[in-house]
Amino acid sequence: MTDGNDAIVIKKLIKSFKKLKVLDGIDLSVKRGTMLALLGPNGAGKTTIVRILSTLLKPDGGEVLVNGFDVRREPKKVRSFIGLTGQYTAVDELLSGRENLVMMGRLYHLAKEESKKRADELLYQFDLTEAADRSVKTYSGGMRRRLDLAASLIASPPVIFLDEPTLGLDPRSRLAMWSIIEKLLEEGVTILLTTQYLEEADRLADRIAVLDKGKIIAEGTASELKADVGTERVEVVIERPEDFDRAVKIMERDGMKSDREERSIDVSTNGSVFAVKQILDALHDAKIEIDTMSVHKPTLDDVFLRLTGREASMKGEEKNK
Amino acid sequence: MKQTVNPYQKHSSIYHATSDTGVLVVRSLKHIFKNMDQLLGLTIQPVMFMLLFGYVFGGAINTGGINYINFLVAGILVQMSAFGATTTALSIAADLRRGIIDRFKSLPMTSSAVMTGHVTADLVRNIISSGVLIVVAIFMGFRPSASLLEWLYILGILILFTLAFSWVSAIMGLLAGSVEAVQWMTFFVVFPLTFASAAFVPTETMPGWLQVFAQNQPVTHVIESIRALMIGTPIGSHGWLAIIWSIGLIAISIPIAAYLFRARQPLQ
Repeated sequence: MTDGNDAIVIKKLIKSFKKLKVLDGIDLSVKRGTMLALLGPNGAGKTTIVRILSTLLKPDGGEVLVNGFDVRREPKKVRSFIGLTGQYTAVDELLSGRENLVMMGRLYHLAKEESKKRADELLYQFDLTEAADRSVKTYSGGMRRRLDLAASLIASPPVIFLDEPTLGLDPRSRLAMWSIIEKLLEEGVTILLTTQYLEEADRLADRIAVLDKGKIIAEGTASELKADVGTERVEVVIERPEDFDRAVKIMERDGMKSDREERSIDVSTNGSVFAVKQILDALHDAKIEIDTMSVHKPTLDDVFLRLTGREASMKGEEKNK
Repeated sequence: MKQTVNPYQKHSSIYHATSDTGVLVVRSLKHIFKNMDQLLGLTIQPVMFMLLFGYVFGGAINTGGINYINFLVAGILVQMSAFGATTTALSIAADLRRGIIDRFKSLPMTSSAVMTGHVTADLVRNIISSGVLIVVAIFMGFRPSASLLEWLYILGILILFTLAFSWVSAIMGLLAGSVEAVQWMTFFVVFPLTFASAAFVPTETMPGWLQVFAQNQPVTHVIESIRALMIGTPIGSHGWLAIIWSIGLIAISIPIAAYLFRARQPLQ
């Protein structure tokens, strides 16, 4: 153990699948009671890190400590301190929600009564009491995710790994999941979360690490990262194609995205109304007419464009949002 | 900070291994009754086979003076057990696909208990289906001569045989990449073993090369020994060979399954 305050320590972590280098020297640490978000597109290596942390995969090189225990030398000790919520909702479809939770409690070696008590608490906390005795087959996607998370919390582990916990959820279920995760943080749990959504990392995490092709390309607090990308982005679509080049010149700045075919220009701002007005005034003064204008939050694409000069979605098969 | 439960000092590791296995046996047993379609399918199919062979083909099959239905029941029973035992492969493949095995591996438990659970469920399912099958057979004119003790021997052989096939099917479940692959893999193993056997016809009518296989493979030994116990035909060496084959398969397949289970990488 290098630092008693770190619940997770990763040093020079290397992992390859056959010839493909998936993790190429990862260094990370997560302070006890805080959340680190691993942000990156599909294939960046996020899930591989989670699987190594949760002892499902062995690292090829480097050092990985969870709660002070080495994942390679003492995997059993590590398993007793962690809760894992993977990308799959790994719950038993044929059993009821309650049966799933009690089973998980027993497998964490809680006593039967303790398992039942914790199951009741979690069902209530996750708004599943009504559906508790129905088979999971009948649950909605959001309910399954909540049950899946509840299952990993049954023994109140101090360290939790959440691998894309809101992937594929509708906005309402996503918000419900976020508030559950926020409560966990209030209780002092250490969380490592992976996500493709900058918004999610920004809202929940104390620190964000951006992962690209098995390397950490940026790490910092959400505000440090956003200082780079801007808090908000303004997108204008120019009315006449012949004005496009002039408009690009006027709006030119770091992190600008433009699309000639769509006649759209997308730039970052500090989020103030004044910044938007400045852009509109400048275009107006140049007699450039605007078709539409919209303000939106920066996405993973914007972070990537800023950090690597290319968009995240170019390598992931699934476009970010 | 919330109370952190650290339950690992309370009991010995043998206690925990037993308790983990118990929890997962209960899980798999619950599956039997929460998945009635599967239980019905596994019971109705052999009944249909018995009706088909008993009433449609049976008249044309010469079993050397033995009433055909009396000849047939042992074969159908063993074929049913063999197919029933492949449920372990399907269950394991489904658990792998849903990420349930990954999750179990991340827990401080004896993760291979999940296989013991599925194997036990096969056993219970097969015993239920066997009961139904024998009742239907009696309605079709099946008249066994077995004493109570002989019935217990039959039960013992069926249990050993089911365990053997279930553990072999656990290996197939771990090797297959998908539930669909499990279906054809188990079919290609179980189908020839049960049809190229003494299940439906005496092996003497088969071509020479097939006779060699059919008379010496484990399923035939199991069928012949159960048939002998049921209706009093000579058991010969079939009884011992059935037991030796079954125990041998169990002894070999458990460590292989355990190794594959640990080595099995998470689904990508």
